[in-house]
Amino acid sequence: MVSQIRSLGRYGVESIQSIGRAGMLFAQSVTWGGPGSAGFRDLIRQIYSVGVRSLSIIIVAGFFVGMVLALQGYNILVKFGSVSALGTMVSLTLLRELGPVMAALLFAGRAGSALTAEIGLMKATEQLSAMEMMGVDPLKRVVTPRLWAGVISVPVLALLFSTVGIWGGAFVAVDLLGLYDGAYWSNMANTVTFYEDVVKGLIKASVFGLVVTWIAVYQGYDSAPTSEGIGKATTQTVVISSLAVLGLDFVLTAVMLGGV
Amino acid sequence: MSDSSAHVEVRDVRFRRGERLIYDGLNVSFPRGRITAIMGPSGTGKTTLLRMIGGQLKADSGEVLVNGGDVGRMSRNELLALRRDKMGMLFQTSGLFTDLSVFENVAFPLRVHTDLPEAMIRDLVLMKLEAVGLRGARDLFPAELSGGMVRRVALARSIAMDPELIMYDEPFTGLDPISMGMILRLIKGLNEALGLTSLLVSHDVEESCQIADFLCIVSGGKVIGFGTPDELRNGDNAEVRQFLNGDPDGPVPFHYPADDYRQDLLTGVK
Ligand SMILES: Nc1ncnc2c1ncn2[C@@H]1O[C@H](COP(=O)(O)OP(=O)(O)O)[C@@H](O)[C@H]1O
Ligand SMILES: [Mg+2]
Repeated sequence: MVSQIRSLGRYGVESIQSIGRAGMLFAQSVTWGGPGSAGFRDLIRQIYSVGVRSLSIIIVAGFFVGMVLALQGYNILVKFGSVSALGTMVSLTLLRELGPVMAALLFAGRAGSALTAEIGLMKATEQLSAMEMMGVDPLKRVVTPRLWAGVISVPVLALLFSTVGIWGGAFVAVDLLGLYDGAYWSNMANTVTFYEDVVKGLIKASVFGLVVTWIAVYQGYDSAPTSEGIGKATTQTVVISSLAVLGLDFVLTAVMLGGV
Repeated sequence: MSDSSAHVEVRDVRFRRGERLIYDGLNVSFPRGRITAIMGPSGTGKTTLLRMIGGQLKADSGEVLVNGGDVGRMSRNELLALRRDKMGMLFQTSGLFTDLSVFENVAFPLRVHTDLPEAMIRDLVLMKLEAVGLRGARDLFPAELSGGMVRRVALARSIAMDPELIMYDEPFTGLDPISMGMILRLIKGLNEALGLTSLLVSHDVEESCQIADFLCIVSGGKVIGFGTPDELRNGDNAEVRQFLNGDPDGPVPFHYPADDYRQDLLTGVK
């Protein structure tokens, strides 16, 4: 019993220490500049490697999610005789919720885990130490551009996810189910607002991008420098950042809707 | 042992890793322009010592002076500047950037720290690579190199900014005799040509004695012997002699502390 309480206490202390280290890593790597700091080209390269390379999974997933939404929505709305609201339903669901959340979750699996493994391996093979000993701060050189690449990429991916999803919905609704295409598109155009739906969705996506990438670089930077340690850190990234996205989604939605 | 020609001075350093006290009042000074081989059993903290000198680990108490400045008290930026201008370190696993070619690895510190024109960087990199005999390998990637070549590229990279002090962490481990001979000659050559203060952590007693001016034997958190190879070999410290001769048993016991052997076999419980 005592030993269980003790291990619970140790777990608590370790969690708090870990959060503290993550906070310090963030504070030191969020700004640019300093000796050997990364440049604009490093940022572009990282956007390519975390963002551009996630395009295919985002596009395919977005299209299918849009198709499913339209299929389900059609079958529900047809009972109430309001299938003309289908375009609105699909687009709002995507722009407000599924675009940011799904893009962030896919990003965590596709790019977050890769970031953790990359940084963890750089640490295990003493590349980060070697950098330090050459007078270059690895936080500024390695972590900063990756962090910002995530913050920039996820909203773009989310918007893309929603756009493709809306097309996927149109494909099912108009081409397969025979809905009049004017109903799908013009009702959507009339109800979707730029600020309430698009911008708020993008704000969410930016926050998710920041959190997922932060967790990913921290897990890599803090991993034990062994193959086991890197494996564990990679899993942690996906688990923790997925939960963080879902939890934050509720909080952000509540704040933005002002309902809670 | 404290003299004005010391390049690195370690004073009363204590260092703890979790429960374990790795250094308990370590005192040693490394003379400028000389090769000092740091030796001792695995796990005594030789890498830890190098990392404290490089400022990557901070001593719990005591001072680590490099050129008279206390590394433990420097700010992050002062430390980075010290390492950039004055220090090089060759890591046990070399730490080459796997996504950069040999050329770009050596060019890295120059590109990051200087505004030299491309032609000048090219010349400097080729000079460093020529010094380690790998000018022809400039377009290869680290994964395509043998263990000995990896070490030589890392060596070329760590001297790219012309340091005054260079630290080698077990540079011979896992090398064939020929590669080992090359590294040995390079370490000696750099020390002679550039007057580099060299700290060499190694287990290879014979090889280290060939090139080292001084040996520093570390064991149990303290320096148990410091002097020229001959002095230590003929000295009266049994533990130092055991280490230099590689005797399996002596003051450093062969057996990890354990219960009585016979008792242990007879009790039958795990
Ligand atoms: N990151 C670490 N965390 C905890 N203990 C460590 C760590 N690195 C090294 N140690 C311990 O510190 C001791 C000294 O390590 P090290 O300096 O690498 O020894 P050496 O280089 O002499 O073989 C070892 O017993 C090792 O187990
Ligand atoms: Mg070591």
